Amino acid sequence: MTRREWRNLGIGLAFISPWIIGFLAFTLYPALASIYYSFCDYDVFSRPVWVGLLNYRDMFTDKVFWKSLYNTFYYTIFSLPLCLVVSLLIAVMLNQQIKARPVFRTVYFLPSLVPMVASAMIWLWILNGKYGILNYLLGLLGIQGPDWLADEKWTKPSLILMSVWGVGGSMVIYLAALQDVPRELYESAVIDGASAWQKFFHITIPMISPVIYFNLIMGIIGALQVFAQPYIMFGGGGPNRSALFYAVYLYQNAFDYYEMGFASAMAWVLFIIIFFLTWVATKTTRRHIYYAGE
Amino acid sequence: MKERYYGRTVARFVLYTVLLAGSLVFLLPLAWMISTALKPIEQTMSMPPTWIPYRYFAEIDGRRMPVKKGETITEPSYVIYDSLLARRFVVPQSQVREGKLIRHDISGEIEEIPVRILEEIPASAQNPWVRVFPEKRISGREAKDQWWVVPVARLTRKVAPRWENFINAIRAMKYFPLYLKNTLILCFLTVIGTVFSSSLAAYGFSRIQWRGRNKVFLVALATMMIPFPVVMVPIYCMFRWLGWIGTLRPLWVGSFFAGAFNVFLLRQFFMTIPKDLSDAARIDGCSELRIYWQIMLPLCRPALMVVALFQFMFTWNDFLGPLIYLTDQKTFTLALGLQFFQSQHGGTEWHYLMAASTLVTLPIIVLFFFTQKTFIEGISMTGLKG
Repeated sequence: MTRREWRNLGIGLAFISPWIIGFLAFTLYPALASIYYSFCDYDVFSRPVWVGLLNYRDMFTDKVFWKSLYNTFYYTIFSLPLCLVVSLLIAVMLNQQIKARPVFRTVYFLPSLVPMVASAMIWLWILNGKYGILNYLLGLLGIQGPDWLADEKWTKPSLILMSVWGVGGSMVIYLAALQDVPRELYESAVIDGASAWQKFFHITIPMISPVIYFNLIMGIIGALQVFAQPYIMFGGGGPNRSALFYAVYLYQNAFDYYEMGFASAMAWVLFIIIFFLTWVATKTTRRHIYYAGE
Repeated sequence: MKERYYGRTVARFVLYTVLLAGSLVFLLPLAWMISTALKPIEQTMSMPPTWIPYRYFAEIDGRRMPVKKGETITEPSYVIYDSLLARRFVVPQSQVREGKLIRHDISGEIEEIPVRILEEIPASAQNPWVRVFPEKRISGREAKDQWWVVPVARLTRKVAPRWENFINAIRAMKYFPLYLKNTLILCFLTVIGTVFSSSLAAYGFSRIQWRGRNKVFLVALATMMIPFPVVMVPIYCMFRWLGWIGTLRPLWVGSFFAGAFNVFLLRQFFMTIPKDLSDAARIDGCSELRIYWQIMLPLCRPALMVVALFQFMFTWNDFLGPLIYLTDQKTFTLALGLQFFQSQHGGTEWHYLMAASTLVTLPIIVLFFFTQKTFIEGISMTGLKG
């Protein structure tokens, strides 16, 4: 390397030094330490004691662990596709030539801005079994609403419903992508006699596929780690632990029971699940994603 | 041709209907929050629910008086006086025979209690009456004695939002001013920290050629894959070892060390600025730090705004961080304080809870309206460049 190259290396590293320190202190060291803790019995107050695979073995025989995993998958399987479809649908509607588009866009986006704690409060009140307005509105339609928060069959659907309310962020991302689709594509399709459906499935979807992929991956990562709302609304997990999600159980182990080793083991299992699902999603969608640059 | 035209009109009509209906559904929770925040407690629990907060007035002893509504009476009843309990009650006429109240006692035996009939209420399903309480307690009279019975039809009402709910909610939350102060301190520090550290790192990753840069950048990107729970426990232990648990420090120190996501966003933006600009400055003998400070930062203000805005939102909303690190109520943030308030007063004072939720939500919404363009662009940017 020449003198100049050395100099640039020095300056470059100096500029990224905040990141390097952050990486070492808040990512690399913690990640390694948490692998180590996951093989230890560790309660913060005394030194970690090596126990080998005990935490992992305990985890796989722990009924509550499986329940939390089941709840999390249940939530993800319903919430994720629902949110993806609803936000795309809204974005497509807003992408038509309509009046007052900015107003509509703001209205649909607004709920996603509401702080999670506040939205948990709002929904606790809306879904209230006795005075909740949702059941009152259902009553007007002649439907006897369930006791959303107290009936173990309905706690997860409640949270799924809430997640749909917050789709504003991905809607805005879709809308930006839709507005980037070249008009000429649609015009030539019309000349070829394509129907609205054909245009949607053969032009719109392929053209915005990278964004669909982005929302999908973000959705997987977000849904599997859902924490604040179930924790605030159901505390220890709700009726019969029906709203005990993976991240909530992990938190409980770490900070309620001080089972840091067990919590770390859970975190790594979560990482593997997320990694695996992201990989599957990437593999299965790769062929269908269209990148303009390629 | 004509048919096609009609088809399009129908399609437009359907489109607007769906959009409007959807808007109503999306706005309803927020509207309900604000509506509840402005109601007196008894109206939060009225069925059917009312949207508009009212104040009711009744004519009592010839004076028009603000009252709170109690239960509705839909059958002929008496106001009776039970001298044993020294209290007045409202009972259906069917339960009173020859000056005696007939009812089942706790063990199920029939009990006859001598009572004095004070007032006859000719109520029926068509002509309901209602028990009313004074809005403010009348001094000099006993609490249990402060009620009257009036025909519903004679009640008058006026729209009256209870703005005082906000003040009362703040008082009920006890440390609200501290929560606000802590949140603002954290927002300020994390925004400053993030903007400076990530722009520095982004500059190093985009404007300076150095060996291994792309490989290191790949490592930075890869760290975005790691979910927070994986690093949560050791970071907590680290802050514990430093003795920082219970202080605000764990919540802002990290932001001075450039998160990968923000570095990535800014780097994408920095790359769009022509190289010639910095090269010219370099030839003039400008140091890299000055190029960064005097050329890049001013040029990249929109991207920096996005990063600042997102960080502000994140810190304002963050729940898990404060939950883990803060132990003393006086150091709580608004988000945590609100949750704490709810867990303490769970399930009754909905008007205060909604008022407090409104107070936590409103600044974000106001901020959004002032920075709408930056906001929408920022979100679109994360999606398109990601």
